[in-house]
Parts: sequence; C-alpha cells; structure tokens
Amino acid sequence: MTDEPDYREAAAGGMLASEEGHRALLQSVVDVARAIFAARAASVFLLDEETDELVFEAVSGEGEGELVGRRFPSSTGIAGWVLVTRQPLVVDDLQQDPRFARDAAESTGYVPHGLMAVPLLIDEDVLGVLQVLDRPDDTSFSLAEMDLLTLFAHQAAIGLDLLQRARRARAALELGEGRAAQVARIAGLLEQSDALVGGQLLDALEALLRERRPT
Amino acid sequence: MSSRALPAWSLAAEAVDGIGIPASWPERVTRAWAIDGSRGEGVDVCILDSGVDGDHPLVGGLTSAVAVSLDGEETRVEPDELGDVCGHGTACAGIVRALAPGCRLHSVRVLGEGNTGSGELILGGLRHAIERGFHVVNLSLSTTKRRFAELLHELADSAYFQGTVLVASAHNMPVESYPWRFSSVISVGSHEGTDSLVWYANPSPPVEFFARGVDLDVAWSGGGTLRCTGNSFAAPHIAGLSALILSKHPGLTPFQLKSVLYLTATNTGGAP
Repeated sequence: MTDEPDYREAAAGGMLASEEGHRALLQSVVDVARAIFAARAASVFLLDEETDELVFEAVSGEGEGELVGRRFPSSTGIAGWVLVTRQPLVVDDLQQDPRFARDAAESTGYVPHGLMAVPLLIDEDVLGVLQVLDRPDDTSFSLAEMDLLTLFAHQAAIGLDLLQRARRARAALELGEGRAAQVARIAGLLEQSDALVGGQLLDALEALLRERRPT
Repeated sequence: MSSRALPAWSLAAEAVDGIGIPASWPERVTRAWAIDGSRGEGVDVCILDSGVDGDHPLVGGLTSAVAVSLDGEETRVEPDELGDVCGHGTACAGIVRALAPGCRLHSVRVLGEGNTGSGELILGGLRHAIERGFHVVNLSLSTTKRRFAELLHELADSAYFQGTVLVASAHNMPVESYPWRFSSVISVGSHEGTDSLVWYANPSPPVEFFARGVDLDVAWSGGGTLRCTGNSFAAPHIAGLSALILSKHPGLTPFQLKSVLYLTATNTGGAP
C-alpha cells in the first residue's frame, strides 16, 4: 500500500455500473416474482440504517412508478416484523386487520388482501424485505412456494447489496478530496456526458502526458 | 449442602443416596399418558414477540404484559400499554391458548422500536423471561448478528438448567441465525398438514420438530383472524403442547420434556 493515489482504481470507481443498472436488476427480480406467483404487485424495500426506515427500491405492478423512494418506519406492520425477526411470513385476508389496512392505505394508496414477506439477508446483515402482494384468492400456500420465495429473496438481497456497495463507493469518491477523487469524478462525468468532446479532451491530455514523461 | 462437599461437579459415594429423583415413568410413554385430560393449568407460557392483544377472544386474557425498550446501552422493562404493534404476537398467543386453554399467558414485547437495537431487545426480553421463571417461552423470531449469538447461547443454557423451556422457530433460509440452532432450545419448522395435534420428530437436526405452520387461521390484533403461513406459527404449537405436558407432569426438565415430545411424535409410534 502506497500513499500515492491509485488513479486506475479511481477511474474504475467513477465508471461503476450506473444506479439505473442496479435498479434494473432489482426491477427484474420483482417483475419475475410477481409473474411466478401470479400476484398483483411485488416490491423490494431497502433498510436505511441511518434513519431506521424502509424505502421502496423497486416495485412491480400496483404502485409501480409512484412508490419508489417512499419511506416508512422500519417497525411498521408486517414488513417491519419480518425485518426485525428475520422470519418469512405469509398472511391472507389482510382486510380483516383494520390497523394494517389503514397504515397501508395511507402509505401506498393500495390495500392488499394478502401478502408474502421475506427478509433480505446477506451473511449476518439484513438489507431489507421482499414483498409479494395478492396472489390469486383461491390458491392455498405450500412449503414449495415458501422455498421459491426465499430463492427470490436471495437474488433480491444480492441485487440490493450491489446497489448499496456501488452507492457507497460513488459517495466516497464524489465527496473525497485529492486527485484520485478528481479522476473518479471526471470518469463519472465522461460516462454521462458527450462522448465526443470528452474523448477529444482525454486524447489531448494523454498525448501531452506522454510527451512530458521523463525518459 | 453438607453432603455435597467440594468439588461441586462430582458425586461422592456417600452422596448418591441424597440425590434420588422421584419419578413414575410408564412402561411406554404414550400421547395419552403425556397430555390426555390436560388443559395446561398451572403452567406459565411467555410470548416473546410483538406484544399480545389480551382482549382478543382467541387469546382470552393475559396474566402479565411488559415491553422491553432501549435506554442508551441498557434495556428497560416496563408494563406494556401498547399491546400488539403488529398482530403476530397475538397470533402466537392464540395458538398456545387453543391447545392449552388453562395455561397462564404472559407477553414480553421486544418489537416496535425499529430495526436498530432489535438484537439487544431480544436479548433483554429473553433475560427478563428467564429471570421471571416462566415454564415455557415461545420465540418465533431470530437474529442473524453473530455478536449476539454467544450471549444468546449463555441465556439458552441458563434457561435449560433452571427448567425454563425455550421453543424457537427455525429459519428456512440459507443463513445462520439464532437462537433456534442451539441444542438447549426446542427448534420447530413447519409441516404442510392441517392438524394441530400432528407433530413430527426430525431425525436430521438442527430442526428438531415439525408442527403445523401452513395455511392456518390465527388470531390477529383488531379482534379478527387471518390465514397465515410461517415457521413462526409452528413454534407456538410445540409451546402449547409443552404446556399440556408440563401441566400433567410438573417438574419435567427441558431435557425430559423434549424426550416426551419425541416419544409422542406422530412418526415415532407414541401417537394414537
């Protein structure tokens, strides 16, 4: 380990797969989960440890496009119980529970009839909750479905883990001082902006640096 | 004490007569011997969970209810004014009550303060339940944090040696979690049957028993019922059965109780 900043690492960090790329992975997980269970909606919640809140990270079906980013306290309702106890839970006939219905309606505008919720675990950490809402009414639940649900949860947990790691790495590089962070910022900007201008500038910079390199 | 001279962990020849343990075991332990006629009277069952709605008709009243909260680094135990913050504890209590209508139900609420500190609350709640000396404690929850594992292990062993039976729901996910994996507790997973009096001993631990946990109607806060699935509903079945056995055969140790559950399981020949 030297004190010299590693510009190659910084450049790689600045070009980390985009937020959109990780979101697409989570979106695919909830889309497939919803399709497999023939459910009306599926969602992934991320636990924000700083505020102790659950945040909608991906939604398929009912609420799609509106709920992402919405937050609620991490001890709320069934998702909160699943998060804290690390135990999967399947509940039907939710409308019989007036408190749940009110909380859910206020938070999402949609009151589910039944839901399956499973914690998203990586090693010893809980990252969030996967929820599948409203399977067809006439289907009873089997342990094979629970196994399937936990398989999806593992996939969602990996997706959420990647998303969080990338966010942390980007935050560290964006807020960092010194040349390595600057290189990372430039790399990030190049990823997002006009490739032609950026490319020309980079070519010129590289040529200049090669010319001046001590022999 | 004079006959039990030091060293404490050995048995001198002259002390043998002093440790006779009166027991009247039948030639064959059957389910009829274990639970027939029992309603769970005289047995204290604690639900360590999200609180319990004691007014729910399927719960039929609580003998005590406390809530555990965090006060800085310390846990604080106070009378619980909130009841059930989720509905889940009420469901577990209702399952125990249905099997053991005569038992005394106690609630120790360890949920409701968010995820932060939840491991400390579970530990604090379990410590409190063991100090209170409840006969049976239902733990339909777990933690994945390794730093709590050692403390939980010590607590589970203390409970085992003092005669408090811990019944814990097993995890059905590929992660390490506690306390259900400890051999000093009774761990429970789900079978797919619909009979609450069917339970199986598992020849391949760490899950030791399977009880009803799929598609069952349970009490939920608000006075109604919900149809639920989860290992967390299998555990209270074994907790309720434990109350029946301990009521009819008071003084059984957790080791003996586990043996009776094993001998009377549906797949070991002890069932009718």
